[in-house]
Order: sequence, then C-alpha cells, then structure tokens
Amino acid sequence: MTSLVWLTVALPLAGFLANGALAIRRPAAKDAVSYIGVGVLIAAFIVSVGVFIDLLKSPPHSPHIITLWRWLPVGPLQLDLAFQVDQLSAVMLLVVTGVGSLIHLFSVGYMKSDPGYARYFAYLNLFVVFMLVLVLGSSFPVMFIGWEGVGLCSYLLIGFWFNDKANADAGKKAFIVNRIGDFGFMVAMFLIWHHLGTLTFTGMTDRAPAVFASGSAAVTAITLFLFLGCTGKSAQIPLYTWLPDAMAGPTPVSALIHAATMVTAGVYLVARTNVLFALAPVSSTVVAGIGALTALFAATIALRQYDIKKVLAYSTISQLGYMFIGVGTGAYASGVFHLVTHAFFKALLFLGAGSVIHAMHHAYHATHSHADAQDMRNMGGLKQYMPATFWLMLIGTLAIAGVPPFSGFFSKDEILAGAFARGGDLLIYYVFYAMGILAALLTAFYMARLLTMTFLGENRTGEQERHHLHEAPPVMTGPLIVLGVLSAIGGMINLPPLVGGGAWLEHWLEPVTARAHQFFALEMPHGQTEYFLVGGAVAISLLGLFAGYRATLARKIVPASESAEDTGVARVLNRKYYVDEVYDAIIVRPLVWLSRTVLWRVVDQGVVDGAAVNGTAKLSRGLGWLGSRLQTGQVGVYVVLFLVGALWILHAMVR
Amino acid sequence: MLLGPSLALSAILFSLGVAGVLLRRNAIVLFMCIELMLNAVNLSFVALAQLHGASGYVMVFFVMTVAAAEAAVGLAIIIGIFRHKQSVDLGNINLLRG
Amino acid sequence: MTEVVFYIFAAIAVLSATLCILQRSPMASALWLISTMFSLAAIYVLLNAQFIAAIQVLVYAGAIMVLFLFVIMLLNLGHAESDFRGPSTVAATLVIVGLLAIELLALTRYTPRRLANELSQWPTFTDPATVFVAGQVTQQESASRGVVGALAAPLFQTYLIPFEITSVLLLAAIVGAVVLAKRNV
Repeated sequence: MTSLVWLTVALPLAGFLANGALAIRRPAAKDAVSYIGVGVLIAAFIVSVGVFIDLLKSPPHSPHIITLWRWLPVGPLQLDLAFQVDQLSAVMLLVVTGVGSLIHLFSVGYMKSDPGYARYFAYLNLFVVFMLVLVLGSSFPVMFIGWEGVGLCSYLLIGFWFNDKANADAGKKAFIVNRIGDFGFMVAMFLIWHHLGTLTFTGMTDRAPAVFASGSAAVTAITLFLFLGCTGKSAQIPLYTWLPDAMAGPTPVSALIHAATMVTAGVYLVARTNVLFALAPVSSTVVAGIGALTALFAATIALRQYDIKKVLAYSTISQLGYMFIGVGTGAYASGVFHLVTHAFFKALLFLGAGSVIHAMHHAYHATHSHADAQDMRNMGGLKQYMPATFWLMLIGTLAIAGVPPFSGFFSKDEILAGAFARGGDLLIYYVFYAMGILAALLTAFYMARLLTMTFLGENRTGEQERHHLHEAPPVMTGPLIVLGVLSAIGGMINLPPLVGGGAWLEHWLEPVTARAHQFFALEMPHGQTEYFLVGGAVAISLLGLFAGYRATLARKIVPASESAEDTGVARVLNRKYYVDEVYDAIIVRPLVWLSRTVLWRVVDQGVVDGAAVNGTAKLSRGLGWLGSRLQTGQVGVYVVLFLVGALWILHAMVR
Repeated sequence: MLLGPSLALSAILFSLGVAGVLLRRNAIVLFMCIELMLNAVNLSFVALAQLHGASGYVMVFFVMTVAAAEAAVGLAIIIGIFRHKQSVDLGNINLLRG
Repeated sequence: MTEVVFYIFAAIAVLSATLCILQRSPMASALWLISTMFSLAAIYVLLNAQFIAAIQVLVYAGAIMVLFLFVIMLLNLGHAESDFRGPSTVAATLVIVGLLAIELLALTRYTPRRLANELSQWPTFTDPATVFVAGQVTQQESASRGVVGALAAPLFQTYLIPFEITSVLLLAAIVGAVVLAKRNV
C-alpha cells in the first residue's frame, strides 16, 4: 500500500477537477459535488490508513521514497518529484486526511445554501492536494510546491465571498504576509543547496552533520531563514497578523486550514529538518523563544475579543506558539504530539463555533436583523437550544485548557516539561516555561469566557430570534462527535511513563528524530519534579477555567449593538495592541508611497514611458525630419550631393 | 603613344561636363553635358585599349549603344514634362520634395 | 608630327566643350557639342581606332545629336532666356570641378612603365612583361585586320551575351520612348 501513497494526492486532485468542472458548468448539482468532494477525501483517508498499517508492520529505519517522475534534471541538481513515506509523514497524512474528511462532511451541512457550493468543494479538495504534497514531499522544492499551493488555496478560500471587499482584502493580506515568509524559505533552500549540494531530506540528514559544525554561522543562518518561513505560514510573531483576518472565510475553512493543517506546516518543517535545528542551538532557542512569546502575546489578545472566531484564531496562534516551544526545545515528538491533539480539539472548537454561527445566521435571517451573528455579546444561554454542541465544545475547552485526562493535557504538559528540563542547560528556558504556564492560565480563562458567554447565562439574541435557534443537522453534529471522542482520548497516543504509558508516538518518531538527538539528549524530568510540574499545570488550568467562568458570569453583558466601547487596557487588547496599525504605518504606507510616487510617476511614466519609449520615438522623428530636409526635389541639389560622394570615393580609391 | 595626353584630355572634358551639369538649369543642355561626359569616358577607353586589349573597344561600343537608348528615353520624358509645365527649367520641377 | 595634330584637335575639343556649356541658346550648345564629337573622332583616328571614329560620327554626331536637335526644335527652345544657376552654385561648382580635375589628372601619372613597376611590387607578383600582353595582341591584330577585326572576335565570343542584351535594351528604349511621348496613352 505504501507504493500507492500517491493516490492520496491523486484522489483529491480528481475531486478538484470534477468539482471545478461542475462549478463552471452546473453549479446547482450540489448532490454530485457532495459525493465527490467528501468521497475522495474518505478514500484518501482509507489509503492513508493502509499506508500507516504498512509502516506499523515493518517500521522503516530510513524513509521509503516513492518517485513519481524526474522533475528537474539540471546539471548537478537531479531532482525527482518524489514522496517520502516515513513515520512522521504517515502521522501527518492521517491527520490531514482524517480531520479533513470530517470537515468536508461538516461543510456539506454548513455550506448547503451557498450558491458557490461546488466552487467551495473544488477549492477545499485542491487544498488537500497541496497540503499532502507538502507533508509527503521528499525534498525542499517539492515541499515548497505544497507550501505555496496551500497559500494559494488559503487565499482562494479566505476570500471565498469576495463580493465583500473586506473578505477579498483579508485573502490578499494572508497571501502577501505568507509570501514574506516564503522568501525566507527560498533563501534557506539556496543556502542549503550551496552548502550541502543536495535538496532532498534524506540527503540533508546524511550530509549536514558532516558539513556543518555545531553552531556555525551557516547552519544558524539557514535555520533562521527556514524559521522565517515558519513564522509566515504558522502565524508566529512577527508574521501572524493575517490569521485573525482570515476568519473572514467560511468557518469550516478556518477549522481545516487555519487550525488543523496549513498552519501546522511550519511545525512540520522544523520537525522534518530537525538535524539542522539541532546543529544550531541559537536558532532552536530563537524558535522556542518566539513560540513562547507568541503564545503569551496571543493569549492576552484573546482575553478581550468579542467575535467568537477571533478568540479561536488567537487561540490557534497561541497554541502554535506552544508547538514551536516544543520543537525549539528539541522535543520534536512532543511538538508533533501537540500538533495532532490540537488538530482534534481546535477543529472541534471551530466546527462547534460553526454550528453556533449557523444557528445564529438562521435566526437573524428569519427576522431580517442585521446584527452580527458571530459576536458573543449577542449569544448566551445557547445551551438549552443546542445541547449537543455545548457538551462537545465543553470537551474541546477542557482539552485545550489542559485538564486531564483529555488529550490537550498530555501534549501541553509534555511541552512545558521539556522546556523546564532544558532550563538546566540554558536558564532562558525557565523564562519560556514561565511564559508557557502564564499562557496556559490565560488560555483556560478565555476559553471559559467563550463558553460562558456563548452557552451559559441568559440569552441575548432577541425575543423573536430565539424561536429560530436550533441544533445543527446530523451531518454537522456527526463530525463534531467524532472529533469530541478524539479530543477526549487522543492523549493515548503518547501517554508518558508517569501514568504507565509507553510514550508510543515518541518511540514511533524515533527514526526520524534520532539524528538530531545525537547532538544533545533531552533529559525529561521525572520523579518529584515531574509530579510537581504536572500538579502545578493542572492546578493552573482549573484555576483559569474557574476564574473565567465566574468573571464572565459576574459581568453584565449586553448585545453588541448596545455595548459600550472598551477603554484603557481592555481597549488595547481588543485592538490587538494596534500591531496592524503599526505595520501599516511603518511598512505598508512607505511601500505604497514608493510605488506610487517613485516607481510609478518617476520610473514608469517618466523614464520608461517618457525617455525610453517616447524619447526614442522623438529621436527617430527628429532624425527623420533632418533627413527629410535633404529631399528638396531639386535635381541640382541632388547632383551636387551625388558628385560630392563620388568625389570622395574617387579620392579614397586613388590613394 | 599618346596615352598620357589622351587621359588628360579625357579628364578635362569630363570635368567640363560635370561643370555643365551643375551650372545649367535647362534640362536639354543638362543632357548634352552628360553626353559630353560619356564621350570623355569613351576617349579614355580607347586610349587604354592600346594597353589592355580589345575589351576597351568593346566597352566603347556598348557605351555608345546605351547612350543612344538613354538619350531616346530621356528626351521622351522631357517632352512629357514639357507638355505639363510648358517649360524645361529644372528649377521648377520639385514635386518629389519631401 | 602626330602629337602636334593631336594637340590641335585636343584644343578644339576643349574649346568646343567650354563653349557648349556656356552658350545661352540650347541650339548653339548642341552645335558646339557636335564640334567636340568631331574632334574626338579625329583623335580616335590618331589613336589607331578608325572604326571607333567612324561609329562615333555615325552614331553620336549623326543620330544622337540629331535627335537632340529635333527635340530642341520641337519644343521651340531656340531662343531661351538665361538659365544659369545662382552664384552659390557657381562657387560650389568651381570647388567640386576643381577637385575632380585634380583627382583625375593625378591618375594620368601612371605611364605604362610606372604601372608595370608598381604592379611587380604587389604580393601576387606580376611579370611586367606579361601585364600588357593583351594590348600588344590587339595592336598586332589592328595592324593586320584593322580595329574591326580586333573588335570582332571579343564582341561575338566573350561579350556575346551583353551584345544580345544590348539589342533587347534598344528595343525597350524604342518602345519606352514611343509610349512616353504619346499624347494620350
């Protein structure tokens, strides 16, 4: 089955083509689109499971490379379009196709009444194609195809309802900010080619330890540029600003792309190139540091957001920060572990929010109200109208807050323990640990706030709208239930020895991370320290949840249209520390000025149009005019000129 | 042998022909000066035939033939122009002015 | 003796040519040109090219100049006003013609002996004795059979094609002249 792994890419690609054709010719054929769109994903998932079982039966020591064709035979660079199947890519494969199938199924219900139904599924299938190319790629360029492709699909899907300029702008912002990161990726690729002479991952793992001395400037530069790409794709400081705006897209898109899969590409990249990061301790510390800072920073912003999706967006940024703490510390397996559990509970939370928004839209549509269906101040007390959604979102909240025995507890805890352990080497990791703990507290707080504002208390939607609030249809609640179960028991894949588990994921990923661990070994805390850390983390989570619940209930919340503006610190948080405005002033405005005044007026109009094009024309005309003065029509003049010429030739020949 | 003086005479006649072409505005006189130039060249050919063989005479032969043809056609054109403009003054003929 | 005669006729030719270009009346110019041609014919005889002299008189003076005279009389140009160009042109003419005359006269330095010497110094060495072989052959031929004889062989052998083409050229000229001069085409 491993050799058939290309089917996982080919099936969604066929789905894209079929749905795309339907979108153009027969947009109303929603049933066909549903079957094709979801069907190919489920088929891809089955193939992924097959591949995984293959690997389980005989775990490879080095990756299986399935070559599709020779892509770039250019002198010393002989690059194939090939897929690499090893333990890490198998895990990613399962996550992408599995969670992807569930989200596709959810979309059938969510997007049912949208006229762009076929186009939506076409784009969604295309996204899966590129994401799988990204995780399966056996070399940097192939991965880059996927990297760029998911950026493209992200743009297409964020701006799905492009008739509203704000949505189109959000799509553009996402793509452009990503591009800055892509620049980093490309520079890193060039440097790797220059130093190592190979662009495949296996080649890199073989040659890097020999070529790079530990901590050398070359490998540090490479890893920092790679990380720049990660900050773009995985929304870390400083390139995270696109993710909250990306909430303009449909909610299942936010769930799939901006929670479970695309944004995790950066973490996957660091895990894949773990050899390089292990050889560059400075970069690893930078990775962990930025991760920690982002985790805390985003968590503070989420405290004061009122749009339900924005809270989840900042939550995603924050959790991605955790993943980067994990891979920055050198505990690549725990970073990947959190990636998997986060995919489960964040998708659950987003889809749950989707159900809520779906119901709110229905209610407002029925009463022709223009209130914001996503603003939590308009919600409240939805537990009685949507009980299933409530319980499932409660599971998600407990998971993200890190309450045992839910999955988030195990993964988050392992990351924090790793950071603490590294503190023994480098004191700054203690600071990262502290930031992580603080962020955990805030995470629990704002998630409890979200849950309380939305589902508990009294309903603020309005008298008439209330009657139209109802639970989501089974096609939407089904995937939620599956994700709920996964969020609950997902921790089992990597239970630590503390609770008698075998740390299965860590051992599973060992062949992939072994090389990196040659350069340092991570001594995880055990015994007394471990109990203390675990206990502390659980206590923090419960404290945060409780505080969030009480604080939100105690406050008097009014519907959004009647709410007063925030002031002071709350205002700064609500306005996301004005980062967007700062970027606009420092970067965007000068660039636009440069483009408009210098490049357009001076260079394009003045130099290119004026001097080069028009100037050449004027010169030709001038020369032509000059020449025309010779044509007097008088024979006498012609004869004189003729004789002058003849005389000259004669003179030249006589000599 | 009269080669040197013949060539000198030829040069002088040719220069006179050129002067005539430059100085006169009457089209027919212009043509006649051109004929003068052709004659000068014929003299040159004949003089050099003594050194270079009969090909000199052959050239004279052809030059005369072509001069005849050219004179015929050229004069026909001048007649045509005269019909239009009632004069053969070349100073007035500048329709090809650009 | 030959030289004296030559210089006399050369003087007549130059004088006639000068008068030809300076006469006001086209008719007079034509007549002076005929005079030039006759003196040239005489010089041809002195250069041992009798046949050429004959056809000079027959073709040039006899046909071409007659044609010129016919046209002059047809267009009634006998009494023309002054048609000399302005002073600026005269100045330019003097300059150009002066330079031209100097250049051409410079070529007359090349006497045969000098030419042969210079040719022998070229990379592709030419034996001075063999340079002017053709001319000697021609002179022998002319002595025995006259210029006509010397002319005949090359004309109908080496230069046969140009000869035939010339006949076509004359045909074209005739047709062209007739068409161009018609009143209503």
